[in-house]
Amino acid sequence: MSDKKGMDPKTYKFDTLSLHAGYQPHKNAGSRQVPIYQTTSYLFDDVDHAAALFNLERGGHIYSRISNPTVAVLEERVASLEGGTAALATSSGMSAIFLAVMTLCEAGDHLVVSSQLYGGTVNLFRLTLPKFGIKTTFVKPRDTEGFKKAIQKNTKGIFGELVGNPGNEIMNMPEVAKIAHDAGIPLMVDATYQTPYLCKPIEHGADIVVHSLTKWMAGHGSSMAGIIVEGGKFDWMQNDKFPTMTQPYEGYHGLSFAEEFGPTAFTMKARAEGMRDFGPCLSPQNAWNVLQGIETLSVRMKKHCENAEKMVEYLLGHESVAWVSHPSVPDHPDHDLASKLLPNGKGSMIAFGIKGGKAAGEAFINNVKLASHLANVGDTRTLVIHPASATHSQMDEATLKFAGLSHDMIRLSVGIEDIDDIKNDFENGFRAARKPRLVSNQ
Amino acid sequence: MKFQVNNNEVYASTGGRPFDKNKPLIIFVHGSGLTHMTWVLQTRYFAFHGYSVLALDMPGHGLSGGKSLKSIEDMADWVSDVIDAVGYKEASLVGHSQGCLVTVECTARNPDKIKTLSLMGGAGAIPMNPELLSLAENNNPKAVELMMDWAHGPAGHFGGHPVPGLYHINTGSMLAKTRTIKNTLGVDFRACDNYKNGFEAAKQIKIPTLSILATDDKMCPVKEGKKLANLIEGSQIDIIDNCGHMMLLEEADRVLNVLKKFITTNYPANK
Repeated sequence: MSDKKGMDPKTYKFDTLSLHAGYQPHKNAGSRQVPIYQTTSYLFDDVDHAAALFNLERGGHIYSRISNPTVAVLEERVASLEGGTAALATSSGMSAIFLAVMTLCEAGDHLVVSSQLYGGTVNLFRLTLPKFGIKTTFVKPRDTEGFKKAIQKNTKGIFGELVGNPGNEIMNMPEVAKIAHDAGIPLMVDATYQTPYLCKPIEHGADIVVHSLTKWMAGHGSSMAGIIVEGGKFDWMQNDKFPTMTQPYEGYHGLSFAEEFGPTAFTMKARAEGMRDFGPCLSPQNAWNVLQGIETLSVRMKKHCENAEKMVEYLLGHESVAWVSHPSVPDHPDHDLASKLLPNGKGSMIAFGIKGGKAAGEAFINNVKLASHLANVGDTRTLVIHPASATHSQMDEATLKFAGLSHDMIRLSVGIEDIDDIKNDFENGFRAARKPRLVSNQ
Repeated sequence: MKFQVNNNEVYASTGGRPFDKNKPLIIFVHGSGLTHMTWVLQTRYFAFHGYSVLALDMPGHGLSGGKSLKSIEDMADWVSDVIDAVGYKEASLVGHSQGCLVTVECTARNPDKIKTLSLMGGAGAIPMNPELLSLAENNNPKAVELMMDWAHGPAGHFGGHPVPGLYHINTGSMLAKTRTIKNTLGVDFRACDNYKNGFEAAKQIKIPTLSILATDDKMCPVKEGKKLANLIEGSQIDIIDNCGHMMLLEEADRVLNVLKKFITTNYPANK
C-alpha cells in the first residue's frame, strides 16, 4: 500500500470494458471468445453444495432461467459500462421494465411515469399493470414540477425515458432524480436510445436503468434482449416504503435483501424472485449476439450520431418536410439540456413531419427502398415507421395527442450506411409523397 | 440484528438466520471503510450450518451507530465488548485487511476468549500511502477509486463475479461510500497507519490460525502476510493465484471452502 506510483486509478475505461468486462479466458479453457453455455442446468458438487446455492449462501448457477454463465458475462459488461453495481438480463426490453416494476411494487402501489414512452410501455403502465393493482399517473416529460405534484403516499418510483419515444422530448433527469430522492423513492430510466456511450443515467441520479438491448447495444437487428442495471446508491432502508426489500422474505428463509446485499439488493431480488417466478430469461445465444454488438458500441454510436446530424441538416432544408425534432437542432426546446446530458452525441432517432399529412407519410414509407419499414429502432441499418399507424396504433386519439404524436410524424432511426445513399433513398420517398394518389395507384 | 455496545447501536448481519445463543459464535470483521456486506458469501453458509454469525458493521460504518473508532487497539477492545454484549464467553474471529489487525490485536488481548483466528489479506502492519491517506481524510472520492483499483485483482478488473450479474469494482465503491468517506475510510486508514503492534501481538497468539493470501494482492502482499503468519505458532497459510486483496468476494468459493474446513475442524458446530 505504500507504493507511491500510479496515484490515478488504473481501472479499465469504456472501450476496454466493452470488449473485456465480465470475462476471464483462463477460467474458460483459454477461449478468447465468450463461450455459449447452451445448457439448462449445472451439476451440484453434492447435496450441501446444492442447498448452499439455493439458499444464496454461495454464488453460482443452478438453472438457466435464473442465471447462465454467458448471460452473466453480458450482465457484468453492461453493469460496468453503466457504472452500476449489478445487472440482470432479460428476454426483451419490455420484460426488463415489467420485472423492474414487479420487483419494486406490490398491489396498491403507484408510479409516476413520463407520458412520452414507447407505445408498448405506455400500454404496460396504462392497461396491464392496473390488473396487478399498480396504478400510474402520467406526466409530460418537460413538466418537471408535475412529477413532484403527482407523487402520492403510495408512490414507489418515477419512471421515464430520458429522450421520449418518438417525439424526442427530454426529461430533466437530474431534477427529476432529486424530486424522487426527496420523496424517498427511486428514479427508473429507460436509456435504450442513449446506450451508456451517450449517457450514463446513474451519474445523473438514476437508481435503476433499463434497456432494450435489442436496439443500439446489440445493434444489428438480430436478437431480442433487455437488461436492468442497478446504481447501488439508493437506500432502501431510509423509510418503510419498500418492505419487500427490507423485511424478511419468506421465499428465502427470511432473507432481507437490503440488509444482506445493500448496493446490489434490487438485482438480487429481481433475480431470486422475479426470474424464479416470472422467468423471462435471456437465451445464451442471444446474450452472445448482444455481446458481439457491444464490442463495437462506441464505434457504431459515433457513426450513428454523425449520420443523424447530417440527416437533421438535410431534413431541415427539405421542401417536403414540415418540421424536424432532434435534440441537436438549436431551437429544439431541450437542446441545452441535451448538450449537458448527451455530450457524446444526441442519438440517432429523428422525428419529422411530412407535408401532406397521413397520406404523404404512407406514400413516403411505401417508396423508400434502402430504409427498412419495420417496428425496430437502433439497427445498423436505417429504419423508418409511421408511429400513428404502427408502434402507437393501439392508442386512441386522445392518448396519441397526450403522447405527443401526430399523423404526419415519421420516426427515423438513422443507420450507419453511407449518408448519400440514405439521402438519395429519402428523395425517392419524398418524390412519391408529393404525389400520393399517383403512387398508390401504381 | 441490532444490539447495544457501549451505549451505541450496533448492526450485524446474522447470515440470514436468527441469532441463536446455543450455537458457537463466529464474528466477521470488515476492512477499512467497508461494511458487513463484504462477507455475504461466507456468513450465510456458516449461519445455515450450525453457527451463530455476526458480520459486524464497525462503529460509524454501514448501519451501526456511533463514531468510527480511531485506533486498532480501540477496535480490538470493541470486538471483545461485542462478544460480551451478545452474552458469549468465547468466539471465533475472521478478519479482512484492517479487520486482520483488529482481530490479531483482539486475540492477543483476550487469549482465553478467542478460539480460532482466520485472516484474509492480512499483514502485521499496513502503512498507508500518504497521498491516499490525505485523499481519504479530505473526503475525496478518488480515495475510494484508488482503493478499489488496488484492492482488486483480475476478477475485479475484468469481471467474473461468483454471484451472476454483480460487478466487483462498482459494488465495492458503493460499499465504501455508504457513509461519509472521511469519517469511515479516512479514520480507518489513519488507524491502520498508526498501528505498530501487529507483529508483537502475533507472537502472543497460541490458538489455531489461518491466513488466506492472494498472489495479486497489492494492498497486503503475500510476503507481508507470510511475515505475520510465520510469527503465529502453527499458523496455516493458503495462497490463492490470480486473485487480489478482495479475495473474500473475488474467490469467494475458494475462501469459503478453506474457511469451512479450518473452522469446522478447530471450532466444530456440534461442540
